[in-house]
Amino acid sequence: MAGFEISRRKVLAGSAFLLASTALPSIGWSQARKGGRLVVAADSEPRNLNPAIVASNGVFFVSSKVVEPLAEASFDGEDGLEPRLATSWEGSADGLSVTFKLREGVTWHDGQPFSSADVAFSALNVWKPLQNLGRVVFKNLEAVETPDAKTAVFKFSKPTPLQLIKNALPALTSVVPKHVYDGKDIAENPANNAPIGTGPFKFAEHKAGEYYRLERYDKYWGEGEPQLDEIIYRVLPDRAAAAGALEAEEIQLAAFSAVPLADLERISKVPGIKVITEGYEALTYQLVVEINHRRKELADLKVRQAIAHAIDKDFVVKTIFLGYAKPATGIVPQNDKQFYTPDVATYGFDVAKANALLDEAGYPKKDDGKRFALKLLPAPYFNETRQFGDYLRQALAAVGIDAEIVNNDSAAHQKAVYTEHAFDIAIAPPVFRGDPAISTTILVQSGIPDGVPFSNQGGYKNDELDALIAKAAETLDPAARIELYKQFQKKVAADLPLINVAEWGFITVARDTVKNVSNNPRWAVSNWADTYVET
Amino acid sequence: MNRAWGLLKRRLIGSIPVLLIVVVGSFLLLEAAPGDAVDAYVASVGGDAGMIEALRTSWGLDASPMTRLAAYLWALLHLDLGHSVAFSRPVLDVVLERLPNTLLLMGAATALSFALGTTLGILAGARPGSARDRLLSIGSLALYAVPGFWLALVLTIVFSVELRWLPLSGMETIASGKTGIARMLDIARHMVLPVTSLGLIYLALYLRMMRAGMAEVWRMDFTLAARARGIPRRRIVLAHVARNALLPLVTMLSLQSAQMLGGSVVIESVFSVPGLGRLAQEAVGSRDTPLLIGIILVSAFLVIVINLLVDIAYAVLDPRVGASEVKA
Repeated sequence: MAGFEISRRKVLAGSAFLLASTALPSIGWSQARKGGRLVVAADSEPRNLNPAIVASNGVFFVSSKVVEPLAEASFDGEDGLEPRLATSWEGSADGLSVTFKLREGVTWHDGQPFSSADVAFSALNVWKPLQNLGRVVFKNLEAVETPDAKTAVFKFSKPTPLQLIKNALPALTSVVPKHVYDGKDIAENPANNAPIGTGPFKFAEHKAGEYYRLERYDKYWGEGEPQLDEIIYRVLPDRAAAAGALEAEEIQLAAFSAVPLADLERISKVPGIKVITEGYEALTYQLVVEINHRRKELADLKVRQAIAHAIDKDFVVKTIFLGYAKPATGIVPQNDKQFYTPDVATYGFDVAKANALLDEAGYPKKDDGKRFALKLLPAPYFNETRQFGDYLRQALAAVGIDAEIVNNDSAAHQKAVYTEHAFDIAIAPPVFRGDPAISTTILVQSGIPDGVPFSNQGGYKNDELDALIAKAAETLDPAARIELYKQFQKKVAADLPLINVAEWGFITVARDTVKNVSNNPRWAVSNWADTYVET
Repeated sequence: MNRAWGLLKRRLIGSIPVLLIVVVGSFLLLEAAPGDAVDAYVASVGGDAGMIEALRTSWGLDASPMTRLAAYLWALLHLDLGHSVAFSRPVLDVVLERLPNTLLLMGAATALSFALGTTLGILAGARPGSARDRLLSIGSLALYAVPGFWLALVLTIVFSVELRWLPLSGMETIASGKTGIARMLDIARHMVLPVTSLGLIYLALYLRMMRAGMAEVWRMDFTLAARARGIPRRRIVLAHVARNALLPLVTMLSLQSAQMLGGSVVIESVFSVPGLGRLAQEAVGSRDTPLLIGIILVSAFLVIVINLLVDIAYAVLDPRVGASEVKA
C-alpha cells in the first residue's frame, strides 16, 4: 500500500509541470499533498499535556493537534476567529448566557461521539475549577445547559461580556472527553499524558527525553484533513541543537525561537531554510519592568518616570532582540486590533530629563555619583530577559541609580518576586492573550494573593484603575468595553505601575518543503490540519 | 561468585551510614534552595492562588520539611523511592528508564578513553622523552583542555551537518521500527559522536598516568636487571614496565566511573541523549527532591558495584592486593 502511494506521488510530481499550465483539478493537489512526516523541535516535555487544565504554550505546542478548542484564532475570520468544535456562538442581551452550536459528525479518537455533554463537563469540571486561566475567566460560570447533543448554553451568575468569552475561545476552551474523565481524579488521569481529543492527530507515543509522536486521525471532521501522516516532536534541550538539526535535515521546523536570534542571520542564508516571523500575533510576549511600590523611592511617580526615560527602547529592540521586536507604548501591545490605543503618555529616551526628575524627586547624586541602590531581578525564562537585565543596570547607572543584579533560576525567581516580594525592580515576560481581562489586568490590579505569578506583586494600589478593571469586567457592550480598556491603558501609562519596554513574537525556522506554515495568529499552537511536507 | 556476592552485601551494608548522610544532605540542600516544586511549576504555566494552594497540598509540600524528610526516609526503608512531582510518575521508573542510556554512553566512553589512553600511554612511556612521547603528551593535554561542549559541537558540525556521515543527536532513529541487530547498529551509529566527545576528553588522564607510571618503573632496579639480562625491549615494555604501571590506572578507572555515572549534563544536552545527568539537572531545576535523591541513590549503588569489580580486578592484576578482605 505504502509503495503504491509513493509511486502515485512520484507520478503526480513528475507530471506536475505538464499539469501546471492547465486547470489542475483540486482533488489531484490534495492527494499529492497528503501524507508525509513532519519532524519538529521541542525544547521541553510538559508534566501535564492536558490543555484543558494547563493552558500554556508549552502544552499547546504538542496537544493542540490532539485536543481542540471551540474556536481558533484567525487572520481574516469574523471576530478574528475560525470555528472549530463550535460552529456559532451567541450571547443573551443580559450577558448571563452564551449559546454555542456544536459541530456535527465529530468523534473522539477512541470512537465515541462528541456531544454537548463533553463541553459542559469540560467547562464546569475542568476549565472553571482547574485551569490556570479558566479559573479567572469562567469564575462566574454557574451551569451549562445541554438542550440537545449539539447545543451548549453557558449560564453565568453575573453579566459576562461575550467579547471576553470570544477572545478566550482559542486558548481556554480545549474540550476533553467526559467519558474518559468523569468520576475519576481529573488532575491525575492518565489521559493527561496521553491525551484523547477530537483533533486531526491522535496521540501515539511519548518516549521521555526523546520524542512525542502523533498520528493522523482518519475520521477527523475536517474534509481532506489532516494532510500529514505523522508529526514527531524531537526533544532538543540544547539551544544550539535546533539550528544544526535543521541544517542536517533531521528536523524540518523549529518554532518558538528554538533557533536563537543570534543564529537567524546565518541560517536564513542556508539554501532550503526560511525564517518566518508571522504566526505569533495572538501570543505577544511583553518585556516589562516590574516595580516594587513598597520601596519609598519607587512609590514616587517621578522616580518611575525617570526610569522610563532612562531606557532606550530602540536600543533594546535593535541590540537585544536584533530587530525581532517592537518598542512598546503601553500595557496592550500594538498588534492587538481590538483594544490598543497609541494615545497614551510616552517616555522618550532622555537621560537629562531622567536626571532632572530624580533631582526633583529629592534624590540628588551623592559624592560617588549615585543616588540610591536597587535590587534588580531579571526573569530567567528567556535569554532576552536576562540580557535586558544587564542593559537596565547600565541604563540606570547613567542616571545615578545603582542596580544590583540578582540572578535566580525559575523556582527561586518565582518565590523571590511573586511570593516574598524580595525585589525592587524585576524583569518579566507576561503574555497578552487577546483580551486584557485574561492575563493583563492582573499585572496592575490590587488585592491579588501572594504567590500568583505574572501578577501585581509590587504592592501597587490605584482605586481608579481597580474600578475601571471591575467595570470593564461586567460591561457587555463591546464598544463601551473597548473604550474602558483604552482609558485603562492611558491610566497605566500615566501612573506607571510597571514599565512596558518592548513586545515580541517568536520566530519559526522551517525547511522550504513545509507548507502552510504560520497561516493563523496562533499557528505554532494551532492544529496544523492543513500543514504538509512537499516531497 | 558467592564470595563476591557476600562482599557486595557487606559493602552495601557498610555504606548505609554514608548513603544516609547523602540522602539527608541532598534533601536539606534542595530544601535550602529558594522556591519549591510548585514554584518551579507555576513559573512555567502560571496560575492563581487557589490553584497554587491545591497543588502544594496534592504534591505533599504543605507539611514541614522535617515531617516530609521523616516520611521520605520511612518510605525509603521500605525500598520505596517515592513519586517524582516533576514527572508525575514513580521515581524508580523515571530513573531506570534513563539508566541504560547513561550506562551505555558512559561505559563506552570510559572504555574508549581507557583503552586508547592506556595504549597511547604505553607508546609514550616506552621511550620517555622521545619525540613521540612529547607529541602524544602535548596532544592529549590539548584535548583535555578543550571544553567538552565545544568539541561536541565541532564534531557535529563536521560529521553531521557538513559531511552527514553520522546522526546529529538522539539515541536512535525515531520510530524506525528497527529491531534486533539493525536497532543495535542504529544505536551504535548514534553513539559514535557523543562517545568520542566524552572519551577524547578523558583520554589524557589515562595517557598521562600511564606514561608517568612507566617513567617511574623504568628507573627501578628490576627493570635495570631485566635489561641487563638481555630481555628484548618490547617484552620489557609490555610485561615489566607497563604491567607494573597499570595498577594506579585501575584505581583511576574506579574513581572516574563514579564521576561518569553522574552523567555528563553537557554532552547529554548537546546530543539530546536522555541520560541521568540531564535528569539530575531537571530535578534540581524543578526542585524535585525525591527524583534527585533517587538518582543519587541509584548512582551510589552502581558505584559500590563498580568498586567491587575493580577490587576483584586488583586481585587478578596483583595477587598481593585484596586477598585479606576476600578471606575475611
